Amino acid sequence: MNDTPTRPDAPDTVEKGESLWVGAWHRLRKNKMALAGGVFILLLSGLSFMGPFFLEGDYYTNTTLGDKLEPPGDDYPLGADHLGRDQLGRIIKGGQISLLVGLVATFVSLTIGIGYGTISGYFGGKVDSVMMRLVDILYSLPFVIFVILLMVFAKDLGDSIDAWFAARGSEFSISGQWNMLLLFVAIGAVEWLTMARIVRGQVMSLRRQEFIEACISLGLPTRRIIFRHMVPNVLGPVIVYTTLTIPAVMLLEAFLSFLGLGVQPPTPSWGLLIKDGADRMREAWWMLVFPGALFAITLFSFNFVGDGLRDALDPKTSKD
Amino acid sequence: MLKFILRRVLETIPVLLCVAAMTFFMCRLAPGGPFDEDKQVTAEVRELLNKQFNLDQPLHKQFIQYITHLPTLQSFKYPNRTVGEIISQKFPVSAKLGFFAMCIALSLGILFGVIASLRPNTYIDYIPSSLAMIGICLPTFVMGPLLMLVFSLKLGWFPATGWGGFSGDQFFASDMVLPSVTLGFFYAAYISRLTRGGMLDILTQDYIRTAKAKGASGLRVILKHSLRGGLLPVISFMGPAVAGLIAGSFVIETIFAIPGLGQDFVKSAFNRDYTLVLGVVMFYATLIILLNLIVDILQVTLNPKLKFD
Repeated sequence: MNDTPTRPDAPDTVEKGESLWVGAWHRLRKNKMALAGGVFILLLSGLSFMGPFFLEGDYYTNTTLGDKLEPPGDDYPLGADHLGRDQLGRIIKGGQISLLVGLVATFVSLTIGIGYGTISGYFGGKVDSVMMRLVDILYSLPFVIFVILLMVFAKDLGDSIDAWFAARGSEFSISGQWNMLLLFVAIGAVEWLTMARIVRGQVMSLRRQEFIEACISLGLPTRRIIFRHMVPNVLGPVIVYTTLTIPAVMLLEAFLSFLGLGVQPPTPSWGLLIKDGADRMREAWWMLVFPGALFAITLFSFNFVGDGLRDALDPKTSKD
Repeated sequence: MLKFILRRVLETIPVLLCVAAMTFFMCRLAPGGPFDEDKQVTAEVRELLNKQFNLDQPLHKQFIQYITHLPTLQSFKYPNRTVGEIISQKFPVSAKLGFFAMCIALSLGILFGVIASLRPNTYIDYIPSSLAMIGICLPTFVMGPLLMLVFSLKLGWFPATGWGGFSGDQFFASDMVLPSVTLGFFYAAYISRLTRGGMLDILTQDYIRTAKAKGASGLRVILKHSLRGGLLPVISFMGPAVAGLIAGSFVIETIFAIPGLGQDFVKSAFNRDYTLVLGVVMFYATLIILLNLIVDILQVTLNPKLKFD
């Protein structure tokens, strides 16, 4: 689409075609809310992941008992919590954890959803109807309940694995990261359903197009057709839905942490900070208001970026 | 229609069996047990306890016993009460919370959605639409404590926590306002967005123009001609909404200290109360599947383009 044929004698005023991605970028740039959201997310990621380099090593666990519930002031810009820990440091670390869970768990769900949807849409027929019926059934199940059960019951499994390795004289230890790993898997395993449906729909409509039929008649292996020719073409809707999955995942993580099932203290996540704040809001409003507001603005931003990307990438709105 | 219902009900049985098996084996294969907390328990007492609760039998026998006698099994934590008793006592509390939340969600959501759809892209549209965006992005566990902070601790309008309203005999009490609003607000926001979208589609149709041309009043056009079609997206959202309300009740009941089934479920999982966990999961799963079926039937009855297949 990019190379409009230009002859030497053609007038300069010929409108240049633009590729889907360039056009999408032009449309996205006009959407002020989406841009603001994107800038906020970039700033937040910068603060969460670069900020710790400018702070002392134990900035989020360092307790000063004399400064318990110190209101926001010169020493603590966002106040101190019930153990005299700097709330700003806790929020930075919490943002790191929340964003990390959001990204990794979304990636897990993305992988499952794309794989499942592509296979279902590509093979069609009986395979498709069985696979999609399964998705329908899974949709109607109380998934949050299973995630809660998984988080509770698999919590001590990390220690068991460590013990198993220790009994065989291995230094291998997983229990430190076990809860995070569990969060990635548990959330990723429940958030893939919509993605699978979207990808399947796209693949179904692609499959009937000539260039795929050409690939099939050329005798290309199925794997090559799927990954080389189909996956790049379903990228648009996948990107849009991914930006909308990240806030959903972060919300689920915060929900679990709020119930005491997610990230384990003293490591903070925003859900945990909100829980601590809610427990002590009578004495210390700053413990609730700052993490709560930041979390809400973050979810806002992701949703605005997602909506903006949808408007920008939707071919129906191109050339408006 | 009868055939459709019958097929769906039959389909439910293997699904529920899978749910039961998944829950049971997830509970039992994980490390830890219901009596781990009591450190004083001697080996003999533990053996007796295991015998009393049939924990000494092979897993598959226990599983069969669990699914055939579920409502009459004893709770591990409260040995003198059965699973059925606990659920039938606690669920009405949660159901009342869910009912009021849904009333708020439907009335506010539809009202704002219709208002926004009448003058799209003007301030009459922007104000309810931005309110809806806030409602969708503000999680219940942020909103609940914030409402409590402002309206009960600072202004003193409503009691901060309480359960008299939900578990008591009277139909309504002031301590029910904040929990219901917190739980209902997200759904109000979502429903208003769906209503706005659905109404916008309908209001541009030819038959609406015909209705206006023959002199039907504005209100009549909205109520009689547009709402039935405009609310279809809302109806299809009701299925997932029920599942969401249940998950929401876990948080709301924790924040406002309401003694409902949601709080019991989370506690029972922590306590390794195997019978109660399985009972509550099966109860919720049946409830969700049943309500989804009702929503599906409602959808076909209201939308003549759909058919029971």
